[in-house]
Amino acid sequence: MAEEGKGEVKLLGLNVSPFAIRARMALRLKGVSCEYLEQDLFHKGDLLLRSNPVNRKVPVLIHDGKPICESLVIVQYVDEVWAAAGDGEGTAILPADPYGRAIARFWAAYIDDKLFPALMGIMKATTEEARAEKAKETFAAVEQLEKAFAECSDGKSFFGGDSVGYVDLALGCLLPWFGAVREMFGLEIIDAANTPLLAAWAERFGETAAAKEVLPEPDKAVEYAKKLQAHWTAAAAAAAAK
Amino acid sequence: MAAEKKGLQLLDFWVSPFGQRCRIAMAEKGLAYEYLEQDLGNKSELLLRSNPVHKKIPVLLHDGRPVCESLIILQYLDEAFPSTPALLPAGDPYARAQARFWADYVDKKVYDCGSRLWKLKGEPQAEARKEMVEILKTLEGALGEKPYFGGDTFGFVDVAFVPFTAWFLSYERYGEFSVAEVAPKLAAWAKRCGERESVAKNLHPPEKVYEFIGVLKKKYGVE
Repeated sequence: MAEEGKGEVKLLGLNVSPFAIRARMALRLKGVSCEYLEQDLFHKGDLLLRSNPVNRKVPVLIHDGKPICESLVIVQYVDEVWAAAGDGEGTAILPADPYGRAIARFWAAYIDDKLFPALMGIMKATTEEARAEKAKETFAAVEQLEKAFAECSDGKSFFGGDSVGYVDLALGCLLPWFGAVREMFGLEIIDAANTPLLAAWAERFGETAAAKEVLPEPDKAVEYAKKLQAHWTAAAAAAAAK
Repeated sequence: MAAEKKGLQLLDFWVSPFGQRCRIAMAEKGLAYEYLEQDLGNKSELLLRSNPVHKKIPVLLHDGRPVCESLIILQYLDEAFPSTPALLPAGDPYARAQARFWADYVDKKVYDCGSRLWKLKGEPQAEARKEMVEILKTLEGALGEKPYFGGDTFGFVDVAFVPFTAWFLSYERYGEFSVAEVAPKLAAWAKRCGERESVAKNLHPPEKVYEFIGVLKKKYGVE
């Protein structure tokens, strides 16, 4: 049994948060059942504030009452605690060899440092020029990842090889947001013409059991983006009024 | 293509706290390596080849294969050389997660806020000063009563943060505050770390760092 004797697991998340999606998928890949607690980030609850006092963000994994924060820290924690678990072959999220692990960590960090901010920049932009600039950065990042896929996958289905791995989780959680950006701005972040490897990978990723269970539809991301935009506009107006 | 160079090489820049993390880690682990100082104004073929994505230091080359990003390098050293003293506590996933969280916190907060302290003036500088004090207090909270972030062992977070202790003097001067006053336990930790050979041999004197910032300011046209 996957989590016998491994204790009580709770996850504080948001359905569309790519970071929470990573954590949820990692648990799902390991066959770990957890109590999922959807958070309202506009009115943060007591448990969230107590469990992540430093950043006050999701996801937070609470294992036997002890909180773990930051999505990639959580994914590595899950990989280490439920090392031998899972419902298929190759359920290790990070590969065993040190160099492979370093490469996986590098690309996950790249996604967080370069791709995610640029993608969110498309949402946040208040002028066409600013949006175009962020779109350009996003496309550049995705181009790098297309090359990375060729190197990491070594002809197999995922960055992690035959099964979903660390970089797959790090990038796959953004797919609903790629969809949202397509709906809202007509921008195709990955497509068969420009990033054929990633386009094919995205389909395979979406077909996995874990993705089917956890990834929301793009329109959920669109809905949330609109809430965020309203929030940013209000915050900017309040700041300007000072 | 010539045979890949065996062993460890570090592409680095003398004052970089990120590079110093790697130097200190290898010293703690007793690992020999070749130090290759880089000219960041005129990047070498080797650097550009080894880190084509970011073109930054530090880069660790192990038998010619590059590992980039300082915290990734630290974890690589732990995993590739498992018989050396571990930076991340072995066999304790929760402690490892806490260490990764705090090292990530240092990465996200300290250098950027510090840069704003010496680059900006007026209101934005005051903001940066307030933030830096907050950051130092938060890190002091994480340290608690322990001798090191790693507990009794000088570990991952200690290595990640200790190079910035050479920048404390500069933060104090630009921010007009005293680390010993706002975060006394952190100041004591810095002194304790400074007594370790790996740290003493691999950090530059705070006055040198202050001088370096002066040079940077001129370069960026910040008066």
